[in-house]
Amino acid sequence: MSEEKILLAHGSGGKLSHDLIKQIFLPQLANPILEPLDDSAEIMNREGHLAFTTDSYVVNPIFFPGGDIGKLAVCGTVNDLSMIGATPSYLSLSLIVEEGFSIDLLKQIISSIHEVAEQAGVNIVTGDTKVVEHGAADQLFINTAGIGWIRSGVNLSGVNAKPGDKILLSGHLGDHEMAVLSQREGFKFQSELKSDCAPLNDLVRKMLDACPSIRCMRDPTRGGLATTLNEIASMSNVGIVIEEEKVPVRESVRGISELLGLDPLYLANEGKLIAICPPNEEEHLLDVMRDHPLGRDAEIIGKVTEENRKKVILHTLIGGHRILDMLTGGQYPRIC
Amino acid sequence: MKFVDEFRDKEIAEGLIQRIRKTSTHPIQLMEVCGTHTVSIFRYGIRGILPEQIQLISGPGCPVCVTPNGDIDLAIALSRQKDVIITTFGDMMRVPGSTSSLQKEKADGRDIRIIYSSLEALKIAKEHLEKKVVFLAIGFETTSPTIAVAILRAKEEGLHNLFFLNSQKRVPPALIALLQSKQVRIDGFILPGHVSTIIGTAPYQFIAKEFGRPAVVTGFEPLDILQGIWMLVKQIEENRATVEIQYRRVVHEEGNPIALSKIYEVFEKDESRWRGLGLIPDSGYRFKESYKEMDVRNLEVEVEPPKEHPECLCGEVLQGIKSPLECRLFKKICHPENPIGPCMVSIEGTCFTYFKFQ
Repeated sequence: MSEEKILLAHGSGGKLSHDLIKQIFLPQLANPILEPLDDSAEIMNREGHLAFTTDSYVVNPIFFPGGDIGKLAVCGTVNDLSMIGATPSYLSLSLIVEEGFSIDLLKQIISSIHEVAEQAGVNIVTGDTKVVEHGAADQLFINTAGIGWIRSGVNLSGVNAKPGDKILLSGHLGDHEMAVLSQREGFKFQSELKSDCAPLNDLVRKMLDACPSIRCMRDPTRGGLATTLNEIASMSNVGIVIEEEKVPVRESVRGISELLGLDPLYLANEGKLIAICPPNEEEHLLDVMRDHPLGRDAEIIGKVTEENRKKVILHTLIGGHRILDMLTGGQYPRIC
Repeated sequence: MKFVDEFRDKEIAEGLIQRIRKTSTHPIQLMEVCGTHTVSIFRYGIRGILPEQIQLISGPGCPVCVTPNGDIDLAIALSRQKDVIITTFGDMMRVPGSTSSLQKEKADGRDIRIIYSSLEALKIAKEHLEKKVVFLAIGFETTSPTIAVAILRAKEEGLHNLFFLNSQKRVPPALIALLQSKQVRIDGFILPGHVSTIIGTAPYQFIAKEFGRPAVVTGFEPLDILQGIWMLVKQIEENRATVEIQYRRVVHEEGNPIALSKIYEVFEKDESRWRGLGLIPDSGYRFKESYKEMDVRNLEVEVEPPKEHPECLCGEVLQGIKSPLECRLFKKICHPENPIGPCMVSIEGTCFTYFKFQ
């Protein structure tokens, strides 16, 4: 392909579209289900319940420390499947590209999709590319949908939390939103801040192997830990108490949050999960999480209570307490 | 985290609370003037751990909140001019004017840009000589020196397309207005740390001398605030009224003379209109003669007549007369997604803080 930029014709369905598929997508993403390039992927049916999810990715900037829009598009969908106890298997990949986008950058993004899909053990089995006029989209938007099979006997719905249950968090909060924000706004903080963007399916598998009675699981993405816990408190009609001193936040994220007036409890994460488990299982589950590279910094951060139903209470560092509400008013747009 | 964790220590906090409990013998009302204090007080649950007889009232210390409607309408009217770029700190975006907001105007395609420093406005002006670049100069004494520096630089560099919508405020005259109005009993002031870094303690002496109330310049970490409260309680119990500094690591009696000299190179004191408090003598600035050409109020633009929601209590909330919980709009019609008054917009606004933490 001689052009260095994406042209409207790359989305025409004609010769250039085919070139794009053959020269950029297939070399990285090929697998027996994708390769026929038919109008739909043909997937063998299996026993059990199917999980199906979709998400669109409009992150700005499209490259950020620790990842890019491609890696995010795979991880986000893999994690959505994982959070209901499904084993992610197949993903669709739809691109909306702005005319004039660099083909080299597109190659880099496809290559990172390939890498993380392989790490997560999922195949891209169908896809689409549209090109829109300059200014009609900002560089590149991606949509992925995903299919997975739910482990039998597993039910991780947000309605399952019960008073007495313990709440675990798999690691530091806020890395993703802070990395994207710092990159976008050109803050020159001297820090090694990186997005935590990662596929959580392997961690979830090990956690469910060790503790099949986990009540629910969520990945605290947009709206952060505070919003996710509020959703669970509300769905399960229980109270939740969190100990501020137990919640892991990196020095760099805390520092920048202080500076910008942001609260790490509301920052988006792309490679963290919270799990709620029955009492007396938390220590074992914590050990299992800490054995996994993505759960090394896991902590037991709080518990589910009978009182204060549908509310999340934070015990503050100095011994006070306050209500931790859902995110209102949005912190920053286009973080994923 | 260095220089932060030391000020959030649980044991020291417990010690301070014990001292406050032992010292305090009767009910008092203290006003935290600054919005950053209000946020910290809620964020660490300080109201809940204080003895019941110590009431904290939130004051007018949120610059966005005290900006009168008319100034926001002016910014909106300017943004509708084809040759104007508006530059502003982010928290002005969602503040409702009489019929619109900058956020809505931006969605309609006006060129409105969020910046983090007044010097960025200078840069944008240099890059767009064909446009008029307007910076919304909103803030207290903490922000004014940097605004003054941007004006001095623009003058030095001979820029003729940079304008300032001056709605800056000075804190001490507002405290005089609050004490004179006697609408709310204030037994002592938790004074703003950062404003005082610039102005020092001299401008607050009237609080003790004329009104006989104690005041303590206080930092923003939980231990700062608890220590500031303890110092106030002690003064009250000992029947003393002086202006003390708790925030010694940052604030000095004389303030920051260099920053002050920059402000007064460009501006002189003038009356200013505050939302809720009205027109207060000496509570703002006007341009000195040689910088007047940068005053956006020289530009001719038609501004709609100001209009406020009749039930919005922002004005009373800013004076500490009413709590947001007494407002009929609070949480029902007025919430962060649909703010009726500015106190629900700013992250330092009293209504927003109540909404988020109460």
